[in-house]
Amino acid sequence: MKRGISYTTAFMTLLQRDLRIAIRHRGDIFNPLLFFILVVTLFPLGIGPEPQVLTRVAPGIIWVAALLASMLSLERLFKADYNDGSLEQMLLSPQPLALMVLAKVLAHWILTGVPLILVAPLLAVLLHLEDNSYGALMSTLALGTPILSLLGAIGVALTVGLRKGGVLLSLLILPLYIPVLIFATSAIDAAGLNMAYDGQLAILAAMLVGSLILAPFAIGASLRVSTN
Amino acid sequence: MTISNQSQVLLSANELTCIREERILFDGLSFNINAGDIVQIEGPNGAGKTSLLRIIAGLSRPYAGEVEYSGENINRCRDEFNHDLLYLGHLAGVKSELTAEENLNFNLRISGYDDFDTTAILAKVNLTGFEEALAGHLSAGQHRRTALARLQHSNCKIWILDEPFTAIDKKGVEELEQLFIQHAESGGCVILTTHQDMSIISDAMLRKITLDYRFV
Repeated sequence: MKRGISYTTAFMTLLQRDLRIAIRHRGDIFNPLLFFILVVTLFPLGIGPEPQVLTRVAPGIIWVAALLASMLSLERLFKADYNDGSLEQMLLSPQPLALMVLAKVLAHWILTGVPLILVAPLLAVLLHLEDNSYGALMSTLALGTPILSLLGAIGVALTVGLRKGGVLLSLLILPLYIPVLIFATSAIDAAGLNMAYDGQLAILAAMLVGSLILAPFAIGASLRVSTN
Repeated sequence: MTISNQSQVLLSANELTCIREERILFDGLSFNINAGDIVQIEGPNGAGKTSLLRIIAGLSRPYAGEVEYSGENINRCRDEFNHDLLYLGHLAGVKSELTAEENLNFNLRISGYDDFDTTAILAKVNLTGFEEALAGHLSAGQHRRTALARLQHSNCKIWILDEPFTAIDKKGVEELEQLFIQHAESGGCVILTTHQDMSIISDAMLRKITLDYRFV
């Protein structure tokens, strides 16, 4: 009996399992996406169709909707595993917890973040986003949504043991989301005015790298506290 | 029972105290678990059996005291300890969206095994023909067997099993008991809780740790 698989194998095994479960449970992928699309399409109806107004608010609307959609999908990240005991097994497995947590967060991002990034340009057309803002929109979403998943996972890990953790979860993680929102929308605004926006992108990238390195440990520690 | 290497202590609990909902479940609980032991933790519902198992497994922290694995606190040597530990709780850790085979495959892989034949292992727990069935569609007993299949391919010394016989039929219980004896004879230990009477493992082979329901 041989023991000892590489970290890459362990990571891929968990990632594949989570993706497979999500594919068999498709509602989990479509709900946040549908929410995102609905919120964005309702705004022009509510505000009125004037292009100038919509152009002005487009970055904010798209980003706020993406942020809420990502938060909506977070609760499921560890809940099912907690309920059926898989989480305990994960905590007790010989693989490093941070690595496994990272695999789960990556799966979550692939399932909820990537679809948002893909439909965002279509919705931007609906909101008359400035033509030269599309690059900024896509790059801020590509850098920003993984941060949302990583930071959100800390909150989920802390509240997974609670029966009604939803409200507490939003209170815990919204403050952490605000810097992402501010820098992302300001990058898109700057791009619309034909100004350089690589400063904001650099800050977002720095936040991504920082959370990529630190969040898995925080999530792991929070899970140990929650299952205590 | 005859223990080949009686001196080898695998796990030791020192002065464990556990408090839940402002009730002391147990305090000052100390014991050693040696290689070759089959230990049954018994006591009425609510006495703290599951809490004790979770503390020994390192899932929850005791209010006071510590659990040692080969002389070191399990929180300080978690990697080595987890490498040697197989814990099956109340909740089986079986995903209902995955098939029996996928579940087993995942559980074994994440524990680090690389060389196994899921079909053969599932056959050992009488799940032949159900490899492709979603675990959510299996009966309670088959669901449990999917989780217990991990015991068939394990070189962990310490097995901690919380109510392993739940929903398992008589023949299945006997097979499990045989497996426990085999495991103990090969130098491992089994710590379990159950309310069922065991037929093969006699009281003489069994060590018991009794927890009382306390009102204080």
